[in-house]
Amino acid sequence: MSSASTVNSHAVTLPASSRPLASTVVAATSADRASRSGIWLGLFTITMSFAAFTSALFVREGTTDWGHIVLPSILYFNTFLLLCSSGTIEISRRYLSGGRLIDTQESRKGSVWLLFTLALGLAFCVGQYMAWQQLRAQGLYLATNPNSSFFYVLTFMHVLHLLAGIAVLAYLTGRVLASHSTFRRSLFDNAAIYWHFLGILWVYLFALCLMKL
Amino acid sequence: MQETSAQQGHVHAPPEGFIRKHVFSLDHKVIGKQYYALALVAVFVGMFLSWLMRIHLVWPNAKIPGLELLSKVGAPGGVMTPEYYLSLLTMHGTLMVFFVLTNAPFAAFGNYFLPIQIGAEDMAFPRFNMMSFWTTFLAFVVLIMAFFIPDGPPIAGWTSYSPLMAVGKDAGPGMQWGASLWGISIAIFCIASLLGSLNFIATTLDLRAKGMTLMRMPISTWAWFITSCISLLAFAVLLPACILLILDRHAGTSFFIPAGLVISDKLQPHSGGSPLLWQHLFWFFGHPEVYIAILPAMGIVSHILINSMRKPLLSAKVVIYSMMSIGFLSYMVWGHHMFVSGMNPMSSLAFSFPTLTITIPATIMTLIWLGSLYGADIQINSASLFALGFISMFVSGGVSGFFLAQPSIDIYLHGTYFVVGHFHMVMGVAALFGVFAGTYFWFPKMSGRMMNDSWGKLHFLITFIGTYCIFMPFHYLGLVGNVRRYSSFVDDFMGPDLMNLHRFITISALITGAAQFIFLFNLIYSRFKGAMAPDNPWNATTLEWSMPSPPPWNNFGDRHPIVYHDPYQYGVKGSKGDFVMQDSPEQAIASGD
Repeated sequence: MSSASTVNSHAVTLPASSRPLASTVVAATSADRASRSGIWLGLFTITMSFAAFTSALFVREGTTDWGHIVLPSILYFNTFLLLCSSGTIEISRRYLSGGRLIDTQESRKGSVWLLFTLALGLAFCVGQYMAWQQLRAQGLYLATNPNSSFFYVLTFMHVLHLLAGIAVLAYLTGRVLASHSTFRRSLFDNAAIYWHFLGILWVYLFALCLMKL
Repeated sequence: MQETSAQQGHVHAPPEGFIRKHVFSLDHKVIGKQYYALALVAVFVGMFLSWLMRIHLVWPNAKIPGLELLSKVGAPGGVMTPEYYLSLLTMHGTLMVFFVLTNAPFAAFGNYFLPIQIGAEDMAFPRFNMMSFWTTFLAFVVLIMAFFIPDGPPIAGWTSYSPLMAVGKDAGPGMQWGASLWGISIAIFCIASLLGSLNFIATTLDLRAKGMTLMRMPISTWAWFITSCISLLAFAVLLPACILLILDRHAGTSFFIPAGLVISDKLQPHSGGSPLLWQHLFWFFGHPEVYIAILPAMGIVSHILINSMRKPLLSAKVVIYSMMSIGFLSYMVWGHHMFVSGMNPMSSLAFSFPTLTITIPATIMTLIWLGSLYGADIQINSASLFALGFISMFVSGGVSGFFLAQPSIDIYLHGTYFVVGHFHMVMGVAALFGVFAGTYFWFPKMSGRMMNDSWGKLHFLITFIGTYCIFMPFHYLGLVGNVRRYSSFVDDFMGPDLMNLHRFITISALITGAAQFIFLFNLIYSRFKGAMAPDNPWNATTLEWSMPSPPPWNNFGDRHPIVYHDPYQYGVKGSKGDFVMQDSPEQAIASGD
């Protein structure tokens, strides 16, 4: 799928005269269905591993040195950023993959919203880094107490998954911006599902940290 | 006709060049063979370690030639230290459980035959598939590196119980960098297994050929499918556990290390951690892992037995449902490994009940195998012998599980050779018998050549008798109170009779291990010099036998298989004999006899 001349089962290319910036797939193939299954299975796996972290937290909570830490207030702002990014990726997805071939203007709009999403995602990561800096300024490091340990572990693992999402979005942005290129609609849909999931996961983790840490 | 991408075009281009064909291949068949080769290397290393351990157990002062080359500290002058015995024990367990029992029956055969048996051209995500093998390979290399670093492999056993595993070098030799390598290796292995399982599930759900309904899938495919569901859940929990373990070891956190812990006369700078937490997380993975090893073997054995009996099982559906219930129950029983851990005794009761319940589907399956075998005119060859051997091992090893499942009896038997005998038979040897059966059965398809059947039968005979000679006495030793994980025993502790029994076990282990070289030789010799195999040497019905041996890179070529029948149409009249193939449009007519 690297050039406009590539024609395969997953993407359609148009004649040069009417070619949009990005083109979408007409019918869902079994490969698309498999990648949809794949993304849901992936989300299930990530959920399961965070469930394991959560149960570890519950067990650890019952021990004597469990205390309390004040969470940095920037986390509220970060939460706002990530939830906004869920909105922008959804707008972008509607422009880019409405299930029909789209004109140049729409795909341009889509790519702008995609860039917004990317920027918000990166801003969230920077915000989380600032939250860590604020905790360090209070003298709370990874090994200071179990509460700070769990905060760093949970937020770091979440950011790690988010960075993977950012990498995929960056790739997709590149594909959209490079004219005459194609990509699989299912890939974009799945990236959006993953991104929404990371938002939900963050809300859960933030609530958990607020209640327990 | 259902349009799948495999049918419209090809999932990936034909491989060109040595690297794409044999090293970084996207072809599920090559990846399956790579997994098999890795498991083969791991099993011989693991077996060699068990030889060294058995020799040390009965001749603790024996000089083992060449051992000093492996570790100057662990075996000064070729005589193994007790600590090095524990290092070898850890590596034996880890290699066998992760790199053999998970890789061979599930990843190797599953990769090769699952897509073919459902009529797909490849796995759903060929690149993930390649990544999962090479990630597994990386995990193997990281683990083996522990042999070659100055402080050697860890001594914590394959279960790596905290707090000893979590505190670092104060816990003994190998516990500094060796233990870290262990943790990193297993974390990498988890990622690889997750990628692989995800691929298996998506492939089974979405890439089945036309007519291949779920209930028309062969039992082996069902077994790999259920196993991948279990594996997806289990490794997703072990990975966080390993991350927390590595943090405890290197970042000074206290997830698993309690306060006031003194090891090697040193107060550990940790507080408040819970050693039981590690056990919970580990066994939540660890018990399902047992079924990750055994379920594929059950599937393979059923698949082979049906072919050898030339008739279907009494009920294939019940076998499938039993495997599902085993998979489901496997998540409710992890606490039975922790009866003596100091856990609340009420929890022991709660874990004992589902553990005893899990014997019900296992017994149902056994009865279906035995009931189907009753009166069957079974064709005896290497594959069917190992399949029968599997049932024998599964029953003999499984029966001791009834005892261990009860907390009151387990308090006595826990940590003795009884447990070692139990899990070696029911999980280790039984699963390996499944792998042997699968190898003799599918080798013609995988290589295009037949394996030597006489050598195979000899291999079976020695292995079958040998494993009983090794592991049955373990149960007896456990009953008289022989604890496990001790590096050697002296006569006045054990009594001379028991030492003689230990010597008998060691000699049996040496002979049985040596017999595996018959298998290895057969495998390598047949690969190059074996008789040419026809496409369907066993007159079998499933899709893998409808293609050339070995299959081309795109499996079915330009043919789009359509499935018309249940997988096991044996004992019926067909144009090719007493069977009708799954993709043959002809009607199956019950033959008169």
